[in-house]
Amino acid sequence: MKTIIVVGNGMVGYKFCEKLVANEESKAFKIIVFGEEPRPAYDRVHLSEFFANQDAKALEMAPVEWYIENNIELIISERITDIQRANKKISTVKNREFSYDYLVLATGSSAFVPPIKGVEKEGVFVYRTIEDLEGMLAYAAKLKDKNPNARAAVLGGGLLGLEAGKAVMDMGLEPHIVEFAPKLMPRQLDSRSSQVLQLKLESIGLNIHLSKATNQILGEHAITGMEFGEDDVLDVEMLVISAGIRPRDELGKSCDLEMGVRGGIVVDNKMQTSDENIYAIGEVALYNQMIYGLVAPGYEMANVAVAQILGKQETLMAAEIDMSTKLKLIGVDVASFGEPFMPAAKGHSVIFENKTQHLYKRINVSLDGKKLLGGILVGDASDYNMLHQVYLNSMPIPEDPSQLILPASEGGAFGSAMDLPDNAVVCSCENVTKGQICCSVSDDGNETLKDVAQATKASTSCGGCKPMVDDLVKETLKSLGKVVKERICEHFDYSRQELYDIVKMKEIKDFDLLLDTHGTGNGCETCKPLAASLFASIFNETANKQETIQDSNDRYLANIQRNGTYSVVPRVAGGEISPKQLIAMGRIGNKYDLYTKITGGQRIVMFGAQLHELPLIWEELIAEGFETGQAYGKSLRTVKSCVGSTWCRYGLDESVSFAIEIENRYKGIRSPHKFKGGVSGCIRECAEARGKDFGFIAVEGGWNIYIGGNGGANPKHAVLLAEKVDKETAIKYADRYLMFYIRTAQPLMRTAAWLDKLEGGIDYVKDVVINDCLGIVKQLDEEMQFMVDTYKCEWTEAVENPEIRARYTHFVNSDEEDKNIEFVNLREQKMPTPWA
Amino acid sequence: MLDTLLKDYSTVQLESVTVWFKAAEISKFPKNGGACVKYKEKQIAVFNFSRQDKWYACQNLSPEKKEMVLSRGMIGDDNGIPKIACPLHKKTFSLETGENLNGDLDPIAIYPVKIEDNFVYIGFSE
Ligand SMILES: Cc1cc2nc3c(=O)[nH]c(=O)nc-3n(C[C@H](O)[C@H](O)[C@H](O)COP(=O)(O)OP(=O)(O)OC[C@H]3O[C@@H](n4cnc5c(N)ncnc54)[C@H](O)[C@@H]3O)c2cc1C
Ligand code: SF4
Ligand code: SF4
Ligand code: FES
Repeated sequence: MKTIIVVGNGMVGYKFCEKLVANEESKAFKIIVFGEEPRPAYDRVHLSEFFANQDAKALEMAPVEWYIENNIELIISERITDIQRANKKISTVKNREFSYDYLVLATGSSAFVPPIKGVEKEGVFVYRTIEDLEGMLAYAAKLKDKNPNARAAVLGGGLLGLEAGKAVMDMGLEPHIVEFAPKLMPRQLDSRSSQVLQLKLESIGLNIHLSKATNQILGEHAITGMEFGEDDVLDVEMLVISAGIRPRDELGKSCDLEMGVRGGIVVDNKMQTSDENIYAIGEVALYNQMIYGLVAPGYEMANVAVAQILGKQETLMAAEIDMSTKLKLIGVDVASFGEPFMPAAKGHSVIFENKTQHLYKRINVSLDGKKLLGGILVGDASDYNMLHQVYLNSMPIPEDPSQLILPASEGGAFGSAMDLPDNAVVCSCENVTKGQICCSVSDDGNETLKDVAQATKASTSCGGCKPMVDDLVKETLKSLGKVVKERICEHFDYSRQELYDIVKMKEIKDFDLLLDTHGTGNGCETCKPLAASLFASIFNETANKQETIQDSNDRYLANIQRNGTYSVVPRVAGGEISPKQLIAMGRIGNKYDLYTKITGGQRIVMFGAQLHELPLIWEELIAEGFETGQAYGKSLRTVKSCVGSTWCRYGLDESVSFAIEIENRYKGIRSPHKFKGGVSGCIRECAEARGKDFGFIAVEGGWNIYIGGNGGANPKHAVLLAEKVDKETAIKYADRYLMFYIRTAQPLMRTAAWLDKLEGGIDYVKDVVINDCLGIVKQLDEEMQFMVDTYKCEWTEAVENPEIRARYTHFVNSDEEDKNIEFVNLREQKMPTPWA
Repeated sequence: MLDTLLKDYSTVQLESVTVWFKAAEISKFPKNGGACVKYKEKQIAVFNFSRQDKWYACQNLSPEKKEMVLSRGMIGDDNGIPKIACPLHKKTFSLETGENLNGDLDPIAIYPVKIEDNFVYIGFSE
């Protein structure tokens, strides 16, 4: 039996073992692995997570049992000190000797510590192993005990340095980044993107010092500062050095393997060193005169070395290695791929920059405009996966390449991940192609991201490819005609429609009971308001009854505004308001010093009321004959109208009267999202009824009904449901359509999106509402009539009930007002102080 | 400015409580909901997690927008961790550690709560 010895049990050494034992042929070998660290291989890429939970086990690549199960002899805490190539033996620090047939060097690298005077002082750390982190944590705790405002610096503003910066910040120290180059992340970013990144990082509290060469570390025993020039000193009590890596190639040197000029063990495209029985992989290997400090190339090297040792000679390392990286950094997206810089002679760059949003995007395109050569994304890297694929697969790009990075028009510029070729590598860490992912769903029957990840390993390393893998899984399921279940949240394993049916059938009216009988846990901000909306849509329960499951706006029957104050909006049905009512509103607004404005829905809003003022204001409004306008609810807002035949010389019918009637009919009805209506007196459409969820337009011979329109961010014209019907029929169809929408829509889905997603679209709605193809119109009619008959003004209920009224105080233990609310003056009205 | 208020709030561990402030009667706090308590110049959001028969307290200040609103937010749990969702933009925070569960905002300050003779007490270290 031949023996393979692996030196180094890091990420790549582990991956070598994993790939090796996945092959049947490996059974013919005895496998021994040495690791110098006191624990089996762990995920160094996610090392920073150790700060959050200090759970080293959670980072393990595989538990010790895995090695045993796979017949791998794992020897940890024992460093290899020597290789005797002549008789194929190695020796360890404990002076033990072992013979090998094949030797795999996966010794990785160590942090490079520049020879600065004083680096040996206490309080200076590197950032590479779990032990380093434990040391930092203990030291930081000690510092903070003495000085809660202690400062720490990180030497190096590269990817790793910034990660370390965030780590010291999380430890509660004041973070400073010191970089030698004139910009951050000099290897990945151009100057402009670097500046954008710097602005963003400074805004979250990192202090950045560029173009600083450190002369010496100050302090007696422990560090007290860093000196850059004569009068240029930064006082810090801790320092993390992150100035690059050095391959741990000492074994190669001492046994005379061919070495790179600046270190690293030279390998060819088989991962063989100058000794054919010795392989080198990972961060110790010098391939194409380069050390690759990323896991993905390391894993690929492991794959090649396994294949070569098992005799599969055709598997070779690719000539070009993709160094694209996307790191999620302190809530800042940063990605760079392909050729990020590119000289002007090779192609053109398209750059989009918006410093106010900390956003920078650059792509480099070949001179003929046909190929994507590389790029940089800072601030928003959501397009990274797609752009990276376009680059890797040399896919065609739009004639105007700016479409690739400009804020996406609908659907984005490149369609779906399903358009990728089957051999496109979607997960570069684990080398999994689009084809493998789709097959795992269609042929092997895996139906969730989790199952597919387990089966293919895609997305299990850096996780950067997860959104794309998720898309592929969902799209493949869809193409197989399987429904992707829309689960409300972790507490309810149902879709909204399923829960609707449960609540209705079983007449469950209480959230706790619903959770006890059909859910788990304690609920959350997703399922609570959803259940509240169901109770309202089915039983017409007002938001006052179960107030703590309501969205904050519903709970206080008012819209919370920027500074924690509220707005007041009484209903003005159809936009018709008498001078007397106007005077009343004016008087009340004046009395409580409210900012007033006309809304887009033809009514009046008063801003700036404090919580305790709300019942007082409403009491007065109600006395003047007003009622709640429900501007706070996911419910009917307004029905906008033109003046119609009452005043307008073109009008064909009385649009105002119709709008008032319909607004009063639907007021108070809660639905998956807010909804609005409009009524125009003729096709000139002055009320913009086709921009609403439902709209009526008077035509020669009756009313036309339009549904599914929308203004807002995605404007959509409503489509025709029925033509030239009389008013009663128009109302009936609208009733049924709205009830059908309320029953079947997903949470927070407006009618336009609902109609868009509904199988069969408008024709199906016609079939249900007009032709009764489901046999439910009688039910729909009854449900709507029930809502209309049981309407209550929530504000009247609230001011009349002392218990509900008592909710409107800022403090439970004091009648004081919230003193922190500040206003400034603008155009003779008050405004909240702007957000910083 | 309110920004400067943030530093007024820092987590108090049970061991370091020196003052138990008598806030209000239990009945003043809605079931499975919160209310705001004034202690000196501080505003503390107190939550009656009645489903679990537990009480939690945290700063009332939203760390994102620096408004005094957390007590008006909705409580719930995230995989068993009790949490509060800010009513402004639904940022959620653990009521046990203060950690921001759906983003990377700074943690909020948490205070110990005890119940005695139908009264809610909040623990402070000053
Ligand atoms: C904080 C941090 C964040 C990172 N983030 C990313 C990232 O986001 N993306 C990315 O692609 N890469 C990232 N990296 C880099 C990535 O972790 C490395 O590329 C990868 O770990 C290299 O694996 P390796 O097995 O070659 O080396 P290592 O993981 O260093 O493993 C080498 C092992 O060999 C042991 N060893 C050395 N000499 C001997 C000897 N003589 N005898 C016995 N054992 C020995 C060492 O103790 C070590 O355990 C990050 C690194 C760090 C430190
Ligand atoms: S829509 Fe027709 S009826 Fe209404 S105001 Fe305009 S022109 Fe007049
Ligand atoms: S358009 Fe935007 S800013 Fe204006 S009211 Fe609507 S949500 Fe607010
Ligand atoms: S690309 Fe890193 S896990 Fe898929």
